Amino acid sequence: MATTTLTPVPQIVVDHVERESHGLMGWLTTTDHKRIGILYMVTSFVFFIVGGVEALMLRLQLGLANNDLISPQTYNELFTLHGSTMIFLFVVPMMAGLGNYFVPLMIGARDVAFPRLNAISYWLFLAGAIVFYASIFWTPSAAGWIATVPLSESTYSPAGGVDAWIYLIHLTGLGSLLGAINFFVTIANMRAPGMTWSRLPLFVWSILTYALLLIVALPVIAAAVTMLLLDRHFGTHFYDPAQGGSVLLWQNLFWFFGHPEVYVMVLPAFGVISEVLPVFARKPIFGYKAIAASTILIAFLGLLTWIHHLFTTPTPVVVLIFAMIASFLIAVPTGVKIFNWIGTLWQGSIEFRTPLIFAVSAIALFTIGGITGVFLAIFPVDWQLNDTYFVVAHLHFVLIGGSVFGIFAAIYYWFPKMTGRMLSEALGRLSCGLMFVGTLVTFLIQHSLGLDGMPRRVYEYDNVGHLQLYNQISTVGSWILAAGVLVTVINVARSLKSGATAGPDPWKANTLEWFVPSPPPENNFDVIPRVRSLEPMKDIRREVERHSSDPRTPAPATTVPAPSETTVSV
Amino acid sequence: LRRPPAPTRSQLRNVALVCALTLLVAAVFAPDAFAHLLTPQSGGSANANRISNLYDVTLYIAIVIFIGVEGTLLYTLVRFRKRKGRVPVQIHGNTRLEIGWTVGAAVVLIALAVLTFAELHSIRTPDASGPNGLSVGDGAELTSDDAIKPPKGPYITIQVNGQQYIWRFTYLGFGKLADQLDDPYTYYHMYVPTNTTVELKVVSQDVVHSWWIPDLGGKVQAVPGYANWTWFNIPKPATYSGQCAFLCGEGHARMKALVTALPPKQWLAWLHTLEAELKANKAGGAAGRAALQNRTGSAAVENP
Repeated sequence: MATTTLTPVPQIVVDHVERESHGLMGWLTTTDHKRIGILYMVTSFVFFIVGGVEALMLRLQLGLANNDLISPQTYNELFTLHGSTMIFLFVVPMMAGLGNYFVPLMIGARDVAFPRLNAISYWLFLAGAIVFYASIFWTPSAAGWIATVPLSESTYSPAGGVDAWIYLIHLTGLGSLLGAINFFVTIANMRAPGMTWSRLPLFVWSILTYALLLIVALPVIAAAVTMLLLDRHFGTHFYDPAQGGSVLLWQNLFWFFGHPEVYVMVLPAFGVISEVLPVFARKPIFGYKAIAASTILIAFLGLLTWIHHLFTTPTPVVVLIFAMIASFLIAVPTGVKIFNWIGTLWQGSIEFRTPLIFAVSAIALFTIGGITGVFLAIFPVDWQLNDTYFVVAHLHFVLIGGSVFGIFAAIYYWFPKMTGRMLSEALGRLSCGLMFVGTLVTFLIQHSLGLDGMPRRVYEYDNVGHLQLYNQISTVGSWILAAGVLVTVINVARSLKSGATAGPDPWKANTLEWFVPSPPPENNFDVIPRVRSLEPMKDIRREVERHSSDPRTPAPATTVPAPSETTVSV
Repeated sequence: LRRPPAPTRSQLRNVALVCALTLLVAAVFAPDAFAHLLTPQSGGSANANRISNLYDVTLYIAIVIFIGVEGTLLYTLVRFRKRKGRVPVQIHGNTRLEIGWTVGAAVVLIALAVLTFAELHSIRTPDASGPNGLSVGDGAELTSDDAIKPPKGPYITIQVNGQQYIWRFTYLGFGKLADQLDDPYTYYHMYVPTNTTVELKVVSQDVVHSWWIPDLGGKVQAVPGYANWTWFNIPKPATYSGQCAFLCGEGHARMKALVTALPPKQWLAWLHTLEAELKANKAGGAAGRAALQNRTGSAAVENP
């Protein structure tokens, strides 16, 4: 008989077990990936609310033609805060939070590879947030989240706001970079026995891709903002054309980071959708390999398309053509994902629970953003649409449709796991309905605003054509959207206190996080189950059924997850 | 609690038909005022019209894809919702189908790329001036070493200079001096001859701006240290408006511009008036400086 040699699985080895800290100190000193995940999620959700309030103020100012509710300077500061907050302080760290909490659980690990580095990542992110928001007590940056030179140089933005923005990029960027390395090492080394790459959950694939993109793109923006800092304070001329510097250097470096950043924000949300759909359609994911491959392909192509943000700059046409083709190419794997999701629902038995409703809404809305993206990729057409509200509409369909709805699907899907309590379905549906309608009302009409000639980042407009009417529709929509978000906040607050008990596996889901109790114990798994397919929980449930129907055989030990003490098995 | 009966297929079909018809009727009979609900502005110059055509074709394809994808999604959700006795089919994929839709998506995009290449040349390269345009004898150029390919036949070049928060237009070559230092210029309001190809050399003297008159074609960024090029040719006398499209600071929203096209003869008359005005202003300035110099005894007063 052939003997099988077991490859040793790397595990956390400890020489002593420290007593768990409780209360505030517990949160401040924690290295538990789940607690750090919750810190990320709560902090970034707070910034989602802050950024949302800023957006509501912007929309109020635009509710009337030639309105003077908000001064031009304040308006510019508000959209700078709004963009920077939503990107650097909400979506990216929220994905880091979800990844932190669920990647180790989904791959059957007891923590991430470098738990203390993980804690540093979070505190760097928070430090960046505090430095950036401290600037609102002085003069925040008014140069937009893209901080284009020379406007962000000291000649035109002498106040310290731009410096605060630079430190935001540096601190959150360093945090994200360390976090990304951590994710990559964890996923590469700490998977449960039997979890080959082809059995890796799609959400984990998306976090792996998120990590790779961050590792490639973040050093570039770090260099770019460092040069800006040197220009501003130490007399260098990287971006000063009068001294041989180049303004376009900034735009190239910024968007070399900025475009992959879009996929950093949206791919993990796609991962969530790919997890949620099979669970509620009661059907395996359609075309697992195609979805995983398309994730990697989108990320790779995403690194080649930054020039499509520079279509109106003095750049040779041949470069523009390259960027157009590369952008077109991205539409193919993105389309493949959407088709595969519909394929997953097809011939299923779809249960309309809140996570599924959010996931399906995300597909419906993201499709609009994807299609308008093709318009923008055709560079002669982009010459008309670039820097107008058409682009604003496009990016919000991508980032609200893709990222925000994906995040909300994740919240509703995983809240029972994180807290042990269920969220209200009725409130969840109401929230999703309001957010869906709100997004459509706010942003559909913004395409027309752009086509009617309204540039973005303007604090006022003349009431020519239907500009005021369109803007008012959009402003009303923004309040509907906000109401939808508020309903989820209420839902979470209620359920934390009085939600129904969830149990370990309320959805009868497929992945390993549902194997452990809700909320999971600090060491996650007493026994790490051996993974035999893409859907290990299905196998485990089947096994349990088989054993319970045949009382003569005892149930296998792996199927009884016991809530445990803080011991770590070695 | 009893559920209302699910709509039958024919009922659904009727609803869909009514919706589609309503949309179609609305699209056809929509008042002119709502013309830009779905399409960009155009009509001032041929390049804007060509961009608009390219946009329209993309829009038709997009509408088909949009209805196809969203329709299939909606149908799937309704058709395969959980019902008693429904058994979800345990399939993991379908290689043929997956290859099929990958190729399908690629084909649509290749078609769009081909269309773009077909239109690109005529959008990018300036048209020739019309027969009633400004003639060479009246100051139009015939040759140039500009970055974009010059049109066949006469054309004029205007330098568009962006600065916080106003546009300055210099009518290149219409002054008397060889170094072009006395070329006539205007702020905010540009005047051009009709039926004449106008090349714009777009530059900036401070931060990045973006030149955009929607009816006259796409945007070009005014980037310090670079010259950017575009063109238009307005067939009939008219005035078009636009504004800076790239965030340039506090006054960005008020950095507007007008372009008025006049018949060549009227335009020449306007140009002469402008030159006389500028000359008078210059003389006035020189006299003022001389007076100041006499009064204060300073050796030189800087020309502002």
